[in-house]
Amino acid sequence: MKPYGKECVLAPLFKLSEALLELFVPLVVASIIDYGISNNDVPYILRMCLLLVLLALLGLSVSITAQYFSAKAASFYSRDVKAALFRKIESLSKVDLDRVGEATLITRMTSDMNLLQTGVNMTLRLLLRSPFVVFGAAIMAFTVNVRAALIFAVTIPLLTLAIVIFMCISLPRFKVVQARLDRILSRTRENLVGVRVMRAFALEEAEEDAFKKENESLYLMQIAASKISVLTNPVTSMIINLSIIALLYFGAINVNIGSLSQGELVALVNYMNQILVELVKLANLIITITKAINSGNRISAVFHLESSITFGNQEDVAQADDAIVFDNVSFSYSEGAKNALSNVSFSLKKGQTLGIIGGTGSGKSTLAALLTRLYDVKSGEIRLFGKDIRTYSEKALSETVSMALQKARLFKGSIRSNLLFVKEDADSEDIDNALKVARAKEFVDKKGLDAPVEALGKNFSGGQRQRLSVARAVLKGARIIVLDDSSSALDYKTESEMRRELGSLDSTLVIISQRASSMLHADKIIVLDDGHIAAVGNHEQLLASSPLYSEIYYTQFEKEERNE
Amino acid sequence: MNKGTLRRIVSLILEYKFSFFLSLLFALIYTISGLLIPLLTGRAVDFIVAKGNVDFTGLFRILSLIAFLAILSFISSYLMARLNNRISYRVSRRMRDLSFSKLSRLPLSYLDSHPSGDTLSRIINDVDNLSDGLILGFSQLFTGIMTILGTLIMLFGLNYILALVVLLVTPLSLFVASFISNRTQRMYRVMAEDRSRQTECIDEMVRMDDEVKIYNGKRNAEAVFDKINEDYAASSFKATFFSSITNPATRFVNSIVYALTALTGALLAINGRISVGLMTSALSYANQYTKPFNEITGVIAEFQSAIVSAFRVFALLDEKEESRIGEGEISSSEGDVSFDDVSFSYDKSQKLIENFSFNAKSGEHVAIVGPTGAGKTTIINLLMRFYDADKGRILLDGRDITTIDRQSVRKLFGMVLQDTYIRNASVKDNILMGRSFSDEDVRKAARLSHADAFIERLPNGYDTMLSDESSSLSQGERQLLSIARIMLSLPPVLILDEATSSIDTRTELLIQNSFARLMEGRTTFSVAHRLSTIENADTIIVLKDGSVVEMGRHEELLEKKGFYYELYRSQFI
Repeated sequence: MKPYGKECVLAPLFKLSEALLELFVPLVVASIIDYGISNNDVPYILRMCLLLVLLALLGLSVSITAQYFSAKAASFYSRDVKAALFRKIESLSKVDLDRVGEATLITRMTSDMNLLQTGVNMTLRLLLRSPFVVFGAAIMAFTVNVRAALIFAVTIPLLTLAIVIFMCISLPRFKVVQARLDRILSRTRENLVGVRVMRAFALEEAEEDAFKKENESLYLMQIAASKISVLTNPVTSMIINLSIIALLYFGAINVNIGSLSQGELVALVNYMNQILVELVKLANLIITITKAINSGNRISAVFHLESSITFGNQEDVAQADDAIVFDNVSFSYSEGAKNALSNVSFSLKKGQTLGIIGGTGSGKSTLAALLTRLYDVKSGEIRLFGKDIRTYSEKALSETVSMALQKARLFKGSIRSNLLFVKEDADSEDIDNALKVARAKEFVDKKGLDAPVEALGKNFSGGQRQRLSVARAVLKGARIIVLDDSSSALDYKTESEMRRELGSLDSTLVIISQRASSMLHADKIIVLDDGHIAAVGNHEQLLASSPLYSEIYYTQFEKEERNE
Repeated sequence: MNKGTLRRIVSLILEYKFSFFLSLLFALIYTISGLLIPLLTGRAVDFIVAKGNVDFTGLFRILSLIAFLAILSFISSYLMARLNNRISYRVSRRMRDLSFSKLSRLPLSYLDSHPSGDTLSRIINDVDNLSDGLILGFSQLFTGIMTILGTLIMLFGLNYILALVVLLVTPLSLFVASFISNRTQRMYRVMAEDRSRQTECIDEMVRMDDEVKIYNGKRNAEAVFDKINEDYAASSFKATFFSSITNPATRFVNSIVYALTALTGALLAINGRISVGLMTSALSYANQYTKPFNEITGVIAEFQSAIVSAFRVFALLDEKEESRIGEGEISSSEGDVSFDDVSFSYDKSQKLIENFSFNAKSGEHVAIVGPTGAGKTTIINLLMRFYDADKGRILLDGRDITTIDRQSVRKLFGMVLQDTYIRNASVKDNILMGRSFSDEDVRKAARLSHADAFIERLPNGYDTMLSDESSSLSQGERQLLSIARIMLSLPPVLILDEATSSIDTRTELLIQNSFARLMEGRTTFSVAHRLSTIENADTIIVLKDGSVVEMGRHEELLEKKGFYYELYRSQFI
């Protein structure tokens, strides 16, 4: 809130001036009655009515100014919080994101932020004005008559207590409401993203039923939460009305014995009514504020998450001859789960090509994820060009390793924006070259570099996405390029052309694939089996020594061997 | 458009007629007691004149009347609020149900071409916003109007000239309010659009977090986000500020009314037409009369935003649904599939599949090959009725599939896609996919598809919770899981879209054996790159740029030395 200190002070201040201006109005009216009417002074009455109009004009401008500042503070404060929240989410590691859940982060960035913004806006406009009027009226009451004003001393704490109690009860309930809403959101998202599979299994009705149930439970919780919060308004008015009755009763006794005048009693009743009017406004506000506080807590919970991965400050790229060294690396996805990689050790020289092959679930993608530090090793060490991967700064690491992911996805925008995403200052020659290497040039030329890309690259085929994703990895110009099964949707012809082009780059290559044909030209091939290295060597060596490798190879090339 | 939206909101609320009118009744009681309490307080003060001049019996009568009204007002305002909440929560529950059901009836062409973030925002944010606006809206609007009418009646009871002055200036207030609201409506729409763009952006960046991390793309992602965030801050500031002018503006008009009442009252008092006391009462009523206007205009902002949201929700609900033609049921099939002169394209200005005819007899294996982007997936989209052909017919056992219910058709197809989707559910439920089978069947299906090995390694075996976003499964494991789904029910026609592209060859070979057993007597369409897996296919359809260039058996196609031959050669370079 700090950067908006000016707005936060000015908005309530202007709101207060407006309230003060309103207090002048009765005084002006009193003078109209006391002087204007009793002296039959028509010009005076006209003058005073003109003064009323002037006061109104002044009130209008003061109030608009207040609204301006509070709208500004609320909108731009929420912009800043969102920007900070976005950065926070970006800084979280994959482990953190998996644990917290993506859907809930999205609700927090959207609907929680909206509630917070409304809350801030309303608070600035009213929250300071209302207590001011309430306590102001109470103080005025004491100046009128101390003994009668004692009723105020009972009423106001009682009102405060009631409001606080209602808030404390409804806050946790609104929390549950929000959690139920999260569930609804996640189911809706599932049915949007996984629509083909859902429909293929004709799950529409079952999903509708499940949604209806969750929706029903949200509804029941909403009702339960509002049951208490709607009491706020009736209870506060009830307290005020009872106070007025008490005031009239004690007033009557005091007037009877002569310690209070009728006029003073009228004044006291008026002050009590003024409090009522403000409290009604405040009570309506309480719900908004309760929701805003709840949302605020959910948002600040995200800010309190510690990222489980922090980067080092190694900026310059190390020069050692070994591009990649895995030193007895083990890793598991969660505490207690079976190791996805166990005691993996190997090294690769600068400029060489490493092939990684192995069965489904053998740990190939895990290895790639460790190499790009999407996860950290559980034990052991990974060194890139001689330095522990954890000592690299984020920027230096991204310039050292880049990867085309197994599941190729694109950002919404254009082909160009997707490419520039990895390297802002790429010129058309760089882009052309990367597209050429990835064998994407032909279709990109046909579509044009500025062809629109829909979210996740939906409007491109799987193979086109893979090729663009490879182009991205190449364009980044990192010293190590990892291709995690990036040609699985490509036909062999395209793949072999791509492989040839990649071979001509001077980067160190790590090629992960199911296809033995992708391995043929690698300097070193690692055969992974169930998280362990089963064999290491080049194609010929492995064919001779590794039964696993030769099995993989011959299941794919059986025909060819026989044909020739 | 707005009139239509409003009418639909009203008709939606009218479905809860009983609660609604009950709520209005309570609102009436609440308003009347609210108007009478100050009047009675004034009367009470009249009994307390001066020292020794207090009429206690009269006072007690009035005080007990006030107490009675206070209780009445307490009960009625509580019940009114409860009813209003109930109505609006019901409305939003209904809207959510309706829009979710709508989702399952929307054609794939809509879902493929609309960002899921936007649709999500309509179902979650907009429905919520709509109901929030309604809660504040209707109850306050009604009590406001009641208070205005009540006060006017009181004023006419006091003096008709003063009442007329108040009445004549009233339209000015309404005019100002509607003037501002018309102008801010557009701003709210821009704001809602920006909000939905923002949701979309967040959704995308969170989902593509790996890419952002790997390419150190934080700065770029932030730049994209900040731009939208900036737009949203500006549009929300504009909408909030301009709509919040309404309140001070109408208050200004009301102050003018107050000043005019003071002027008229004072002039009438000089002429002796009214007493000073009466003028004071008139002024306090004039003051009270203006308050509901403030409340009403305050509600208008909420209301506007609710209407915009309602418009967006209704727009979703009004989207054209998947045509429901074809109510015929089909429970089993021989698996004889024909394409009869089928033409189809996504973008109607660009031709894709043209006059495609073809017959797959029961039990045949049809392979679809072709370079990336040749339209292989399109054939699957048509078979599964994700999209319907523009021209021509697709026949299943001689029946046009468009005459059969979609779900009924889909149940006959077992589909394994390249991009598998994992539900937020346990492994078991992910295999079951809503069908009822015993645990033993599930295990058997997993065994047959060779998924059991990795499943048993998971922390809780078959009860391990999975989700599409979580990275605990590799692409290959995902594919094994989706093959297990098919193994469970063994539908008569199989569609395998690169079903084994991320599975290693060893496992694939094992699965092929199971597949071979599975394919026996079942018509199979498979899209594959590894030509070795399709050499035994009964027919190979070779696609290029969306059209069929060759069709035949493996040997025939090789002899032709055409495009297939070229593809086949390149595999072994």
